[in-house]
Order: sequence, then C-alpha cells, then structure tokens
Amino acid sequence: MKAHYHSPADWTLDTITQFDEQIARIAASYRLDTYSNQLEVISAEQMIDAYASVGLPIGYYHWSFGKHFEQTRQAYESGKMGLAYELVINSSPCIAYLMEENSLAMQALVIAHASYGHNSFFKGNYLFKEWTDATAIVDYMVFAKEYLQHCETRYGVDNVERLLDSCHALMSHGVNRYQRPPPPTREQEQTRQAEREALLQQQVNLLWETVPEDQVSEAEPQVKQQFPPEPEENLLYFMEKNSPILEPWQREVVRIVRKIAQYFYPQKQTKVMNEGWACFWHYTIMHKLYDEDLVDDGFMLEFFDIHSRVLRQPAYDEPGGASINPYALGFAMMTDIKRICLAPTAEDKHYFPQLAGSDWLGAMDFAMRNFKDESFILQYLSPKVMRDLKLFCLEDVSGKSELQVTAIHDEAGYRRVREHLSQSYSLEAMEPNVQVVDVNLHGDRSLTLQHHRYQGRPLADDTEMLLLHIQRLWGFSVKLDSLSEDGKVMRSYEV
Amino acid sequence: MTHIIDRRLNSKDKSSVNRQRLLKRYHRQVKEAVEKAATDRAITDLDKGGEVSIDKADIREPRFRHGRGGRHTHVLPGNKHFNVGDKIPRPKPGAGGSGSGQASKDGEGEDDFTFNITRDEYLDYLFDGLALPNLVKENLKNADEFSTHQAGFSSQGSPEKLNVVRTLRQSQARRIALRGRYKKRMQELEDQLQAATDVDERLRLQKQLDALKAKSRAQPFLDQVDLRYNNLVKVPKPSNAAVMFCVMDVSGSMTQAIKDIAKRYFLLLYLFLHRQYENTDIVFISHHTKAQEVDDETFFYARETGGTIVSTALHLTLDIIAARYPVDKWNIYVAQASDGDNWEDDNGRCGELMQGLLPKCQYFTYVEIGGREHQSLWRHYEQLMAQHEQRFAMRSIDNVSEIYPVFHELFARKGVA
Repeated sequence: MKAHYHSPADWTLDTITQFDEQIARIAASYRLDTYSNQLEVISAEQMIDAYASVGLPIGYYHWSFGKHFEQTRQAYESGKMGLAYELVINSSPCIAYLMEENSLAMQALVIAHASYGHNSFFKGNYLFKEWTDATAIVDYMVFAKEYLQHCETRYGVDNVERLLDSCHALMSHGVNRYQRPPPPTREQEQTRQAEREALLQQQVNLLWETVPEDQVSEAEPQVKQQFPPEPEENLLYFMEKNSPILEPWQREVVRIVRKIAQYFYPQKQTKVMNEGWACFWHYTIMHKLYDEDLVDDGFMLEFFDIHSRVLRQPAYDEPGGASINPYALGFAMMTDIKRICLAPTAEDKHYFPQLAGSDWLGAMDFAMRNFKDESFILQYLSPKVMRDLKLFCLEDVSGKSELQVTAIHDEAGYRRVREHLSQSYSLEAMEPNVQVVDVNLHGDRSLTLQHHRYQGRPLADDTEMLLLHIQRLWGFSVKLDSLSEDGKVMRSYEV
Repeated sequence: MTHIIDRRLNSKDKSSVNRQRLLKRYHRQVKEAVEKAATDRAITDLDKGGEVSIDKADIREPRFRHGRGGRHTHVLPGNKHFNVGDKIPRPKPGAGGSGSGQASKDGEGEDDFTFNITRDEYLDYLFDGLALPNLVKENLKNADEFSTHQAGFSSQGSPEKLNVVRTLRQSQARRIALRGRYKKRMQELEDQLQAATDVDERLRLQKQLDALKAKSRAQPFLDQVDLRYNNLVKVPKPSNAAVMFCVMDVSGSMTQAIKDIAKRYFLLLYLFLHRQYENTDIVFISHHTKAQEVDDETFFYARETGGTIVSTALHLTLDIIAARYPVDKWNIYVAQASDGDNWEDDNGRCGELMQGLLPKCQYFTYVEIGGREHQSLWRHYEQLMAQHEQRFAMRSIDNVSEIYPVFHELFARKGVA
C-alpha cells in the first residue's frame, strides 16, 4: 500500500483489506495479542438491529428487544442520536461491524479501535478470561434460540414470554461473582441439558419432600433447618436450583438468561478501561500509519475530527457533563501511563515509583490484563489527569438543601477524588446489593430477601413490580427487607 | 487472519419478530392510539402511518435499581471556580444541572414510549374486526359466473386437455397386459422347439414363433383407448362483487363542522373498502335539492350547496342500480349521511323509495350528524327499522370523537364484538 494522496473518501472491500493488513502489522509490532478478526459490513438498519440484540449476531425472540429496536430507530431517525461508528462483540473470531456509510478514514479507525483494541482487551483482561468464553458464545446463542423456539411451540409463546419477563427483571442479579462457570460447547450443552432436566427436578422434589420419611422422627422436635445455608446473591441461580414450582424447561430458560447475564457481566465493569485501551490504540496506530507515510493529511484531519468528537468531555455545567465520558477518562489515563513511563516528572515519581521510567508497553499490558475500572482508577489515576479534567467531588446528602464541594484537583484532594471516582465504578454503586437469606421450609414456603443499602440509598420505585416477578418464579409469598448500613429495617416489601 | 464479510444484502429485518411481539403485547394500547389518531388527525392525514405512543409505565421493565436518596459523592469534570467547602444550592430535579447525575443516569424520563408504525399496520389496526355484512348473496340460482375445477379424468376431450401422465400410464398398462398373453404362448413354443427333433416340425414351430413375435411387437405405443383428458367442471360462483353507494347531504343546513364529520365518516368507509375489499365499486352521490354522481375528488372537496330534497339522492341510487348494478350479481350497500333536515313533504316520498331500495340492498346504513333533535326523516326511517332489521342500521353522530366508534359499530364483524 502506497500513500493514498487524493485517495477517495469512499472505501471498497479492497482498500479495507489493505488497511487491515497494515493495521495488523502495526498492532503486532506493539505486541497486541488478539483473537482472529471478522469484519462485517452492514447498513444503518442492520446496525439498529445489532443494537437491539446487544451486538450478538443471533438471539432468541422477546418483545423487549423489539422495544429497544424501536427506541433506537426512533432516536436515530429523528436525529436525536447518531449510531455508534462501531460495535464489537467478545467472541472468537472477534466480530466487528463496519457501517456502510462510514468513510474510509472512519473504517480504518474502527478496525484499529475494535478489531485490535477491544479485541486484545477481550482476550487479555482477567475478567473476560475468567467469566466469558469467547469461543462458545455464538454457539450458545444458537442453542438458546433453538431451545426457546422449541419451548414456544411446546408450551406456548405467552408462557415463555412471561417467564422471560421475570428472568430479565432479575438479570442484573443473575451473576455468579465468585466462581468460574465451566465452558461447554453447543453439543455438550444440549446433551447436558437433558440430563440436568431430569436431575434437577429430582433434587427439588427432595428438598420439598412433605411426606415424613419415618414415623419416629415426627415425635422429635424439629430442628430449624436454615436454608440457604449461606446468603445467595445470584437470584436466578437460586431460582433455577431451588424454586418449588418451576418445570424442568423453565429452569433451563432461567439458566439461559443467567448464562447470558454472566457473559455481559465483565463489560459493565471495564467500560472505562476497555474504551480507553481501544482509543489509545486507534490513536497510536493511526499516527503510525501517518508516520510511515501510508495516509495523507486529509485522512489525518478527518481522523482527528472523529477522534476529538468521541473523546470530548463536557464540563459539569454543560449538557452531558453530569457524567464522565468513559472514552475520555480511559484514553487520558492510558495515555498518561505511557507518559509516566517515558517522561516522568518528580510528581509522577512520587505517586508512581513503580511506573516511572519502566517499559511502557509492558506497563500498559500489565494494567490491561489485571484490573477492572474500580481498581484501575484507584491504581492509576494520576494527579495530572485529575488536573487536566479538573475533577472535583460534590457531596449530595439527601435532605440537605445544599450540595458541598468536598475535594478538588489539588494536592490535598487528589487521593479523595481518586477514591470517590473509583467507588462510583464499584459493583455496589452500580447495582443494589440484594440477597436471598431465608426460605421458610416447613411453613408457608415464603422467601425472604435482604437489601443492604449502600450509602443509605433506597431501592427504586418499581421494586414492588419486581417482587411480583420474583413471586412468579418462586410461586409462594416473597418478602424483601431493605436494611440501613447499621442493620435496621428501613422498609419492608411483601407480595 | 481477518475475514471480511459483506452483510449488506442480508435480511434487514432481524428485529421484525421482536417488533411483532411488541405490537402483539401492546395490542390494546396501540389500537387505542390508532383510534385516537383517527379522530385527531387532519382529514388528509387520516390514512398515513405514524407515531404511536404507549404510556411508559406500561412498558417499563423493572430491575433492582438504586432509587433517589441516600448519600452520593459525584465526581464531576470541568471545575472552574469551586474550592473545598463551597456550597451550592440543590438544583431542581430534572433541571439537568450538575447535581442531578442520578436522574440522567438511568436515562428514563416520564415521557411516553413513542414509535412508528407503517401505513399498512395503521390501517390494519384501524379496521381490525370490521367487515361488510351479508357479503355473499344467498340466491345463487341466477348466478352466471362460474369457476372451473378439476374433477377427475375423462376418455373424451379436446387435445389441449390431454393429460400426458395419465395417458402414458394407460398405454403402459395396456402394452404389458396385451404382451403378457403372447409371452406365455411364446414360452411354450420355445420349449417345444427345444424338444422337437423333426425338421418340418421345427420349421412349423419356428414360423409360429416368428408370427407371435411380430404380433407382440406390433402393439401400438399409444392407442385411442389410452387417451385421458383432464375433466373440468364448472361450478357456479357465489357473487362477491360489491358496490357501495356513498350518499352525502351537502345542503346549506349542513354546517362546515357537520360536513367535516360526514367527510371523515365517508373517508373511513372509503379507506376501509379499499383496504379490505380490493374489487369493490364505490359510487359517490352528493345531493342538495338535486342529486348527482361525482368522483371521489369532488365528493370530498367540493363546496357546492343548496336546499335539501333527500328523495332525489335515493332516486338516483335506484336509477344507477337499475342501469349498472343488476341486483342478482352485485352485493349492494348504501351509506347515507345527513343532518336529517329535509322538506317536510319529501319525507313520505323517501319512505316509499326506501321500501323499493331496501330489498335490493345487502345493508343500508344511515347516520344522522349534528346532535340536534331528530327530524322527521329519522322518524320515517325508524318505521322502516322494524321491517328490515337485518339490513338496515341507523345511528347518530354528535361530534368528531364519535365517528370511529359509530363506524366500528356499524361494520363490526358479526360474532366479533
């Protein structure tokens, strides 16, 4: 490929292939380890389709996906929102979508960003490694779609839809946080499903055995059996294994939703890092292309235009400034790691003695592999980035008429700002902590859940509706206590 | 290694099933929205697809989420002048200011969920459950329209109806059957030939055998008896040709508002017929003291006006039926709209004409518009009601919002509410 002076803005499959080869070469020179790539050229409508299914190339049917589709289309067609330039999914091969209306510069940027940036992150980051199986996801989705279609013909579309409604309601709490699930293939999944179906029903029946096993024990005082022995935070898992009313096929559906929730679980915890990493690499690779005289000035100007639009961080008093742009924060932090390694100041040496002067490629690779947003910010957010972004902390205590600035980007505030920012990406901050604590085994079979308030935050208004969904899965009455930090019951819900 | 796949030619409708499920789930809400649109829209926009809104509370998917309240420490970008200890009055909820990070985070305001449906979907919802009553003529005796059906095969027919497969099957069966007879005899002769030693005897046998072989070979490939023809029979077809007479009063007593209601009513009818019954004729008649047949453009947009003699319109309808729509072939429908104002001495005449017209019609609807006290025309029509209950219906419309419900009532499919 020679320099594309006067290169047309329009791309062809050939020019995309050429760019991909060059980008792959550069990425390899920076030791980016990726899954093999699959680039799919799609139209805007197909992009909206892809949005609705969160990027997965295949999915089961449910009205809520239709709702997301219509929402996106409405927003896009009325001009309220542009479509993302790219969408990439964590699979092997790694599938990235290129939109047909993108210019050549944009396509090159998307390839560098998604197919080499995100791709290497998916392959290297510990959360993705531990929680997802890139090679199995597409097969699993095929299995899920087929299984649900089978259920629909056998048990009725409405029954499946109602069940999925309830499962989706608990999706955010259908995640195993502390054990790694095994990675089966589609075929294994199918055979194991049949076995599971029989076995599961058996176990549940044991738990709910009502006929006393021998007559003698009846006379002895019943020892109260605590169940579950430990509180369970994976509500879908709990329902799948222990619900007294679910049919075997319903347990399988619960499991499917749970598996998909698990697959997306790392994504929301690594938004800043993942985007920062991908932006850093598209930025680096584009510059390398220019340095090697493979692209012209016009190409670069267009690149800067797109790049700066994506990475803009509005101030707190501008529209959109109420939240941090994960692209901007991530890119600033990633770039800063490189800077600290190559040209550390006295301040950097004080804050990051281990980084200053070390090999920047190795340092970044280490950061990418071993952190999630919460820990990454706590570990790497430097005073310089805080000053550049002019970060400050604003304390908002419900009931007080005024908000208070508690820390700003100065020597006294760096650590506090960093801590608070890190905490805002923690799991507790993103989702309320709700767990199953008790089942009344020998009485009315009621289920008791506990919510531990984080920073005194109550549950949202639709909690009552949510409880109805839990009741649908459980079959008997459900109680939820919302506890303050010191363990007092602040509010009780019951259905 | 990178694979590049061009998916642009793949189906664009990956979400269509999900979308259909959405529409099905919210069928009631969408239908309400469409019916509301039928009332609210400008008359020229009546047949377009468009936005449908569903209350957000109905369509919300609940999740465990943090509600408002508690303690938050927001980390915000772009500090300009704040210092530690500064206090800021709490911004009003929803103002989108700096402090309301929580409000904008979940991204869901209290607006309705709005999305687009196509024109086809819109009309489907609008005319869901409606049908022309008594569409098929009970009396088939005079029907001279036929459809042809395949009814087995016959041994006679014209060459173009020859059924090749059947014919060849016959031919093959015949040849097998006829050759079988010779075959047996030939086998016998051959056995004798083997056994015979005398030369003359052998010659005689050989000759017989040759003759038989020749006969066997001489079976014709196709014989007259093999030929089979498709047998087609004519079945009298029930007539579903239909004509709708739209009869509208445009007299001076019809105010602009009343005319607007009448036009909306007829437009609904017009769209309905076009949508559900492709081959339906529609005859537009507008009348004041004189009735005339007009085209749809004139019917919906003309501004001619005058006094009122209803009978002229009924008369014209009868004339057109006599001239163009023989009763035995056509299902005849009449929809009349008026404010009920008529010359007093014309009402009796109307009654007489109706006695002649009603037996010819499958269904006659009369709507009186205006919300005033019913005039004498209504009372005359009421007397007809008793005799012709099956084919006569009358309703009154007082304001725009009643058009669709009345229309729906008049044309509701029987057995469907």
